[in-house]
Amino acid sequence: MFRNKKTRYTMILSGPYLLWIIGGTLIPLIMMFYYGLTTADGGFTLSNVFAIAEAGHAKALGQALLYSAVSTVVCFVLAFPLAVILKNSKLGTKGFVVFVFILPMWMNFLLRTMAWQVLLEKGGVINGVLTWMGLPRMRLINTPGAIIMGMVYDFLPFMIMPLYNVMSKIDNNVVEAARDLGASGWQVIYKVLLPLSVPGIVSGVTMVFVPALTTFVISNMLGGGKIFLIGNVIEHEFTVGDNWHLGAGLSLVMMVFILISMAFIAKFDKNGEGNLL
Amino acid sequence: MSAPIIELEHITKSFDGQMILDDLNLTVHENEFITLLGPSGCGKTTTLRIIGGFEHPDQGRVLFEGKDITELPPNKRNLNTVFQRYALFSHLSIAENIAFGLKVSKKSKAYIDDKIKYALKLVNLDGFEHRTVDSLSGGQQQRIAIARAIVNEPKVLLLDEPLGALDLKLRQDMQYELIRLKNELGITFIYVTHDQEEALTMSDTVVVMNQGYIQQMGTPENIYNEPENAFVADFIGDSNIIGGIMLQDELVQILGVKFPCVDSGFGRNKPVDVVIRPEDVILGEPGAGRLDGEVSHLIFKGLLYEMEVMAGGFEWLVQSTKCFPVGTPVSISVDPYNIQIMNKPESEDEEAIGVQE
Repeated sequence: MFRNKKTRYTMILSGPYLLWIIGGTLIPLIMMFYYGLTTADGGFTLSNVFAIAEAGHAKALGQALLYSAVSTVVCFVLAFPLAVILKNSKLGTKGFVVFVFILPMWMNFLLRTMAWQVLLEKGGVINGVLTWMGLPRMRLINTPGAIIMGMVYDFLPFMIMPLYNVMSKIDNNVVEAARDLGASGWQVIYKVLLPLSVPGIVSGVTMVFVPALTTFVISNMLGGGKIFLIGNVIEHEFTVGDNWHLGAGLSLVMMVFILISMAFIAKFDKNGEGNLL
Repeated sequence: MSAPIIELEHITKSFDGQMILDDLNLTVHENEFITLLGPSGCGKTTTLRIIGGFEHPDQGRVLFEGKDITELPPNKRNLNTVFQRYALFSHLSIAENIAFGLKVSKKSKAYIDDKIKYALKLVNLDGFEHRTVDSLSGGQQQRIAIARAIVNEPKVLLLDEPLGALDLKLRQDMQYELIRLKNELGITFIYVTHDQEEALTMSDTVVVMNQGYIQQMGTPENIYNEPENAFVADFIGDSNIIGGIMLQDELVQILGVKFPCVDSGFGRNKPVDVVIRPEDVILGEPGAGRLDGEVSHLIFKGLLYEMEVMAGGFEWLVQSTKCFPVGTPVSISVDPYNIQIMNKPESEDEEAIGVQE
């Protein structure tokens, strides 16, 4: 069957990975396409995909796009200055600072989100402190703000790491050259550091935006089931609604966004500089 | 000499408790090509970075045309730097790289376009406007780095080992280019290098530095022919440095033999260091010179032969157009004006190299 020993050896070694790809990626993908493009009695249809245009679904998609876009921007606004500061600092503790920011990432995702629930609840920690200070209670949980807060907290490390990576690789001589040519501190940032860290920015934006777009756990836990994002709709169809066909069809739509993001990374991050994976 | 343009006064700088510059004083004049020369770690680059504004001296002042600029950031100083590894902006085209400083200072588009053309012509890279940085060779990138600096019409151009990363032939070409540029632009060049040949070829003034001190400052001829101490003699070209005794004015004893020389004023029986350049050692028939010896090594160097001659217990380095094969008995003599007498180093800082006795 095999031409020689070497090919057989290669086949044996790659076997587990092939199984993994087939079982973990290929079969689920085929299943998704099958369910997404068929009706309950097995006939071909595109209606599950076009269902995204229905008012409720379109609204959920719109909100998901809005929330994930806002939290991506917030993550960037927090992470970029940090990366610049870490680049300019002469401290030997740079690695430690990054570690501190990344630390929450090692904790379970659900646990972290649950922690925010406890903090934001009506009788939660923050309101407790407000009451103690004699201030009126605030409605924190089950608001768009709570969801965005949760998204930022959960996904910030994915923005910091590629930005820090790409920024620390920029040659300090280049920064000094810009200063030498008359650029002020701000001009150095937007004329040199910002354009040179585009690969990292694209990586970071994608790694925050895509998971935020498809999340349903954060919106469930911090939105109290009142705010429906597209992730919640899909989850609902698979569990409560028991309509796998519609769920798969809507998931195919989400895949389009993921593919667009991947194309962006491929275009801007040719050298894999900002790549975390 | 023309007016001073940059003056360093009592500059002191240390990093992590290690003294890099100690009470350095230096005056650079308008339109001068001055080279800071020394081995790595001698403080030459730190000196340049202090002038450029990238390092702040612990003590002392930097004056630019008489005004104190010690506290000015680099972007407020009327000088530009050419960095060792070019430091071009890889996200910009060649034209945009050159235009960087002009755009920051808000010059008109027509002016910028003119300047780009002019600068590219000056560095012999016409038509490179739209190339990317990555598509250029090292030598071309260095020319762009120079063009990017000079379009801003600085009064002083700082060059930090700009030819260090280039190969030998290109380096030699660029040396002539730099001299031509300097003459066309009529501005001051402050050049940092560890390459003594580069320093001698291009400079009006050479400043030899070691361990944070200026060892000697003068014209290339002056530095080469009349080194003030053993460090300078050894660092600039090859030389025979021999311990001797100044018996009286114009007479020195080396290796137990008296040599007439032209120096005076050292006093009687004073221990000194004697420098004799290898090309100044004259080989002849045994008995015809002051010392007899034998050729122990011979290397053909193209232009001349380099030999080592064992004579009087010292291995003399000799360069000659005539070939004396290994084992040939020879005599050594030196013309009096080719013998350079130096005081023995007084401080430990000057004693960077061991002098053979």
